[in-house]
Amino acid sequence: MTGGLWSWEQAAAALPPILEGFRVTLVATVVGMVIAAVLGLVIALVRRSAGRWLTVPVGLFVELVRSTPLLVQLVFVYLMLPSVPALVIGCTVLGVHYATYLSEVYRAGIEAVPRGQWEAATALDLPRARVWRAVVLPQAVRNTLPGLGNYAISMFKETPYLFSISVVEMFTAAQQYGAATFDYTEALTMVGLIFLAVSYPTSLLVRRMENRLA
Amino acid sequence: MPEPHAPTPAGDPTGAPAIELVDVVKRFGATTVLDGLSFAVAKGERVALIGPSGSGKTTILRLLMTLEEADGGFLYVDGEPYTHEVRDGRRVPIPEKRRRRVRRRVGMVFQQFNLFPNMTVLGNIIEAPVHALGLAREEAVARADRLLEQVGMADKRDARPTALSGGQQQRVAIARALAMDPEILLLDEVTSALDPELVVDVLEVLRTLAETTDLTMLIVTHEMQFARDVSHRVLMFDRGRIVEEADPETMFTAPTHVRTQAFLKAVLG
Repeated sequence: MTGGLWSWEQAAAALPPILEGFRVTLVATVVGMVIAAVLGLVIALVRRSAGRWLTVPVGLFVELVRSTPLLVQLVFVYLMLPSVPALVIGCTVLGVHYATYLSEVYRAGIEAVPRGQWEAATALDLPRARVWRAVVLPQAVRNTLPGLGNYAISMFKETPYLFSISVVEMFTAAQQYGAATFDYTEALTMVGLIFLAVSYPTSLLVRRMENRLA
Repeated sequence: MPEPHAPTPAGDPTGAPAIELVDVVKRFGATTVLDGLSFAVAKGERVALIGPSGSGKTTILRLLMTLEEADGGFLYVDGEPYTHEVRDGRRVPIPEKRRRRVRRRVGMVFQQFNLFPNMTVLGNIIEAPVHALGLAREEAVARADRLLEQVGMADKRDARPTALSGGQQQRVAIARALAMDPEILLLDEVTSALDPELVVDVLEVLRTLAETTDLTMLIVTHEMQFARDVSHRVLMFDRGRIVEEADPETMFTAPTHVRTQAFLKAVLG
């Protein structure tokens, strides 16, 4: 241990590996969120319009994912697919996990589109696919933006779970630095501050979006 | 003495009616809204449907727009079965494809306008001509500009619907329905959601439309003066039945049915 509570030299030395880890954290969040946003929409559309042969298995899958911890899913898939790079598994599992939640956000967003919009589209004889693409989804996605933002923040904060499948994101980088130097204080404090510095302004942005849409 | 069943100046007396309902039944849960309703509208005829709320007038328009499905009976457009037909002695639904072909001749303007808020005024009008009729974009735009001129909204071409007053939105909605070049136009209480001072402009647009085209119109309205001015025939509804039908002059000056007399007294004061 160094003398005081806080050493600026330690902080400076811990920063490079932490920033490298932050890059991985960002990649996992962005890729995971893209997967979640696309797959979540697909799940919402399938559960709304497909036949039972598809809605029942998809519904079961959604329940399965939601009823088990993210940590267990990560480790399970990691062990089942040893040849796939850990970061790929990390992004995919995060994405699929959050897709099941986002599908509900989309469902609510679609249901919030007034019935009159559907009726006008019918009266104008618009083809079904065009109604979805040009009328319903643009309005539904607008409704869902705050929800997507909140889940993105939440996913960002859950990236430390990737620790369990040996992906060196920001938290793991700080852990490793601490283990090597027997000094965790500066590294972990900085990780906490970086999470705060990203999450808090983003949540303010989401809140502003909510107020604008309300 | 006016002839109540065939007052169709622009109509074609030999052809099939533009619209025909035969024994139409519609229920919502345990409530029967229409119980074996039959009537016909000739080509080019403008028919006003009046009567108290809940008497089934709007339901008739919604059935004709396929927004609701009849529980019994048949609808015909130009003599063609629209939603159901008889095959092997049974009432069977008509495939979506044929239904759409018939529906293309029918347009509707709604009480709540129902413009698409994510598109501009122009976008609202060209959407269906381009994507349902397959018109070239330039052609659809030219048609839209002509119609916007006609409804007095040319200067709002690039505005968003949310930036317009209710009356302006409704005029755009009229242009949007006309852009599909329908033969039949259904007007569902198109001024009921408007502030009184905005009603005049919308009705003026519709009056001109009635005078200058041979569109078949089915008009559900609480604006009795408007019904009187533009319609060839008025049907008085009560509890899903036509209790009286007459030319507008007779209906509004000398109604014979006690329900009509009570209703007109209530709305006209």
